[in-house]
Amino acid sequence: MVLSDVQDLLSCEVVTGGEYLNRPVTYGCASDLMSDVLAFSGPGALLLTGLVNVQTIQTAHIAELNAIVLVRGKKPDRNVIEAAREKEIPLLATPYSMYEACGILYRAGIPSTMVCPQSQASPRVHR
Amino acid sequence: MEDRFSHSFTIRGKHFIDAGKVSTEIKRLLKELGVRADIVRRVAIATYEAEMNVVMYAKDATVTLELTPRDIRIVIDDRGPGIADIELAMQEGFSTATSEMRELGFGAGLGLPNIKKNSDDFKIGSTVGAGTKLEITVFIN
Repeated sequence: MVLSDVQDLLSCEVVTGGEYLNRPVTYGCASDLMSDVLAFSGPGALLLTGLVNVQTIQTAHIAELNAIVLVRGKKPDRNVIEAAREKEIPLLATPYSMYEACGILYRAGIPSTMVCPQSQASPRVHR
Repeated sequence: MEDRFSHSFTIRGKHFIDAGKVSTEIKRLLKELGVRADIVRRVAIATYEAEMNVVMYAKDATVTLELTPRDIRIVIDDRGPGIADIELAMQEGFSTATSEMRELGFGAGLGLPNIKKNSDDFKIGSTVGAGTKLEITVFIN
């Protein structure tokens, strides 16, 4: 799957980074807590978040995430869009809630990058 | 004599707009110097968490990056309130963050544990009313 498939599945508006829609999407993570993303995400993951500020972009850059999907129709301000453009991180916005967006992608075969030590589970997909 | 690269940076406290700039710069430098991608990522994550701590809590900090063929060493030496109980601060979930800090997606009590997790060697020292010093070492091989 590539980012443009995510765009279709989640009815996303592309806020910035339309030139990167061919990036592969192999796993995802979802959190509003950037420390969680830094601790548990793998490089190249897709991030779903409701946190819309410059730190979201910084976190994605530092953790080498492929793209960010903002949930529940949240709109980033100019600083956030500019940071995303500068860091070459595509920014998409979906009208779906975090729970719905995760469910749709999970059902479409995108597993989780977040492996919580407590669960001892490896990334897997239920259909 | 072995090859050694060293560089210093300054982080300004409460300057949320610049938060992440030093770790981004360190990440860029290490990439340019040809350090392996997974090692660069670990160093960048540890440094970014430390940088957020400085921005959130301290007045300012000096960051020193040292790269040798064996390891990468990052020292973050801040002037700030210090940490009274380091053992408590190292526990996941313990935090003294304000709601403003939490709104940025930080301050959940994961910063120091995250830094330790991404380090091969981690030292922390602190004096209340003076500041905190972190030493992060990541081995290259």
